[in-house]
Amino acid sequence: MAFAAGGVFGLGLLISGMTDTREVQGWLDVFGDWDPTLAFVMGGAIIPMAIAWQLTRGRTPVVGGSFPAPPEPRLGRNLVVGSVMFGMGWGLSGLCPGPAVASLSFGGVEGLVFLGAMVAGMIAAPPVKARLDTAAVAS
Amino acid sequence: MGLIGGGLVDRSATGTVAKERLAFLAGLFLIPAVAALAMGGASTYVTSNWAVLIIAGLFVGLGTRIANGCTSGHGVCGISRLSLRGIVATVFYIGAGGLTVVVFKHLLGVI
Repeated sequence: MAFAAGGVFGLGLLISGMTDTREVQGWLDVFGDWDPTLAFVMGGAIIPMAIAWQLTRGRTPVVGGSFPAPPEPRLGRNLVVGSVMFGMGWGLSGLCPGPAVASLSFGGVEGLVFLGAMVAGMIAAPPVKARLDTAAVAS
Repeated sequence: MGLIGGGLVDRSATGTVAKERLAFLAGLFLIPAVAALAMGGASTYVTSNWAVLIIAGLFVGLGTRIANGCTSGHGVCGISRLSLRGIVATVFYIGAGGLTVVVFKHLLGVI
């Protein structure tokens, strides 16, 4: 089931152009030659997902486990700092985590280098996050 | 895509959850690979500038875990349930991404 979910997700990323770094950078390039296509991909993903969230109310997953808990309402420094870092990396490369895996088979050695650096960043993240937490408490 | 951190980096999950995460990653890699072959190749233009690749990869990895989510986690799954955190994160990463493209593409010409 998880394999199929990953597969459908990856297929969607591939067909919609999320694995094409030029399209992603074209979408982020609001002051240059802006390509609005990916806004429809995001909108198109958010609408069915909103319906899906409604459907999960009062139900349990048919494949077992449980649905994610309601969102945490607190905003913190982590959220902003992390999102800005993520956005910068995404803008520089045109790749975010899902498409980085989905495009591995055709992204060449560069795709692998990116994935390696991304995994290294993920491993390095918890101590940075802990430091940001204490900084937030101290200030 | 917290599942990537979950499947590749965070080893705290065990049993079924760990297997599900790996199966998800396998599907995410293999199905587009087969589809790309069937379509006669897929287009992507990953930069060949290794410095940019490594810095961008580090930032994406760090940022995703520090903020607890990325395009799919905050953008798609968060906004669709009207999560304030998801909306705030999306505003910040799209803003940062847009600015980065302006600076590095149009001002510096690096990408």
